[in-house]
Amino acid sequence: MKQSIGIDLGSMGIKAVLFDGSVRDRLMIPTGWNPRETGEQALREIYARNGIDPSDSPPVVLTGYGRNSLGKAGPSVTEITCHAAGSAFLFPGAGTVLDIGGQDSKAISLGREGTVNDFLMNDKCAAGTGRFLQVMAALLDMELDDFSRLPEDVPPQPISSMCTVFAESEVVSLLARGVDKHSLALGLLDSIAGRACAMLQKLGGSGPVAFTGGVSRSRNLVRLLEKRLGRPVVTSSDAPYAGAIGAALIAQKSGKSRS
Amino acid sequence: MADYHKMWEGLGMDLATHDQLCAALPPAFEQVFLTQKDRPQGMDYFNMVIAEVHGLRIQELLEHKARGGKIIGSFCIYVPEEIVLALGGIMVGLCAGSEFWVPAGEQVLPRSLCPLIKAGIGAKVSRTCPYFQSVDLVVGENTCDGKKKAWEVLGDIAPTYVMDLPNTKSSAGFALFRRSMADLVAKLEEVTGNRLTFDGLLSAIETVDRKRAVLQRLYETRKAPKVPISGLDMLLASQVAFYDDADRFVSQATALAEECEERIKTGKAIFPGGTKRLLVTGTPIVVPNWKVHKIIETSGAVVVVEENCTGTRYFESRVDKSGASTVEELVDAISHRYFDRIHCACFTPNEGRADDVVRLASEYGADGVVGLNLSFCTTYQVENEKLRKRLQSEGIPFLALETDYASGDEGQLRTRIEAFVESLGR
Repeated sequence: MKQSIGIDLGSMGIKAVLFDGSVRDRLMIPTGWNPRETGEQALREIYARNGIDPSDSPPVVLTGYGRNSLGKAGPSVTEITCHAAGSAFLFPGAGTVLDIGGQDSKAISLGREGTVNDFLMNDKCAAGTGRFLQVMAALLDMELDDFSRLPEDVPPQPISSMCTVFAESEVVSLLARGVDKHSLALGLLDSIAGRACAMLQKLGGSGPVAFTGGVSRSRNLVRLLEKRLGRPVVTSSDAPYAGAIGAALIAQKSGKSRS
Repeated sequence: MADYHKMWEGLGMDLATHDQLCAALPPAFEQVFLTQKDRPQGMDYFNMVIAEVHGLRIQELLEHKARGGKIIGSFCIYVPEEIVLALGGIMVGLCAGSEFWVPAGEQVLPRSLCPLIKAGIGAKVSRTCPYFQSVDLVVGENTCDGKKKAWEVLGDIAPTYVMDLPNTKSSAGFALFRRSMADLVAKLEEVTGNRLTFDGLLSAIETVDRKRAVLQRLYETRKAPKVPISGLDMLLASQVAFYDDADRFVSQATALAEECEERIKTGKAIFPGGTKRLLVTGTPIVVPNWKVHKIIETSGAVVVVEENCTGTRYFESRVDKSGASTVEELVDAISHRYFDRIHCACFTPNEGRADDVVRLASEYGADGVVGLNLSFCTTYQVENEKLRKRLQSEGIPFLALETDYASGDEGQLRTRIEAFVESLGR
């Protein structure tokens, strides 16, 4: 298969992959305040690390909320279409995708060959997304990665607010009451799981759910999701790159051939 | 536009705040409408009406008042324009489509209410809508919970009459509707000082039906494989129908329809081949709310039909006046036209609307349906679930969107709409 490049300009991280039937290279850079500049940097690094001459670039497809900020690099396709294509590639048995990224979450029901059958997205706020966890991590004096390795022998503390601002004050008052920090962290994840489940159940479907996006790195969340859903939840270390992989797959269908 | 400050001052308007609105509208209009390619020439008239919406048209209304005529304001297509016209009145749709009026509305209403109601009441509270300042009576109606309670608030600051409406399309429901119609006739006779006559009402029915017929004729042209007019332009034309003089509107819209029909004959396409055709259904889209149509038509799709109160529900059915020989029989016929044929989510159940959406999707060759609801519009939001299931069983793709008048969510809306269009295939 020829080479292609997919770039996912997300709200928190920019992901880029070089693809030729399998993922040859991948990188992730924090988006910062200038998605265009960071996107260009990601593309330059992919070129440099793989000895690609920028003037003879393989086809590039852009996705993510910043997809239109890198106009010249290639056509743009929405993250919903790309996550569907990328997830169908990474998780061939899954009929449903749950993607939780930096500022939104979405549930996609897959059609044939990784196309989108139907999809739902969360409300326009950052409730239950990576940004939500980031704010809560700061509050609990934790790193984002700590949400992946929480002890499982503590009960999750129920958190009733989903709004980032309200949840923050709820967590502050629970901390003041002396509630265990791990219990709170698990509770926050469980509230995300509850919200994601509602979205998946509204969408319908059965069988394994492919979990993608940056938040999919939390092993604890995967287990909480499985418990609530009663369906297997599959993910992998490449799951945060699913959008970029999907973009690269779509780029395969367009542009000049290259071996 | 000429200087209308003296006229506005005479209407008791807040001139400084209204100037801000007047300054904001032209650039917004230009960015949304004048950036479109190959607009029909017949749209020039509608551009002019919007440019003069707070000027020339208000002047005409004031001239009408000076001759002893009355101006009746409304927020709902269940309020019968025929009766108003027959009593020598003019009916206008009141301002309710801009974020500009929402903060003033929130001074007297809860934030968690639909933006249409907040903007409508806010336009009065802020004294920045010359229509509201000109009306002799606002006819409210007991449709959704938000509106029926808002009339209580409006009643303190504007002359308000509330038309009672039933909740079910039953024979008892019709009896209530017919009685409300009689009460409204009595109220409007009192306000205008005129009495309904058979000939006057017949002629008013014909005038309003001509407006409906020309809107239908314009919509018909959108069924063509090569759409001759954008959804945005059609939306503008139907929005103008709520403000303009009925006869003038009919003649201008007829010219526009002829131009669109000519375009179909010559095969002129204004959107590239492969552009997806969408049906928009849901809550009303009133001036100057052009937000979602603009996003759709810059995302690889075209709106070919609107199943809502500013679209097909407004004009699809006529008054069946055959056999009527008295004023009462004409009012019966009018009542049946409104009650039987307008399918609003305020009624339960409301299966007629889903049937309409399915039928229209087929008639207009729609590739997909967008359910477009204003935030906090409970009735339509709840109904979405049934609509989703119905469309699923018919194999028609469906995207549900919820938004208000603010621009903050345009990025998210664009992503959803583009993804929906992508999922419809190439």
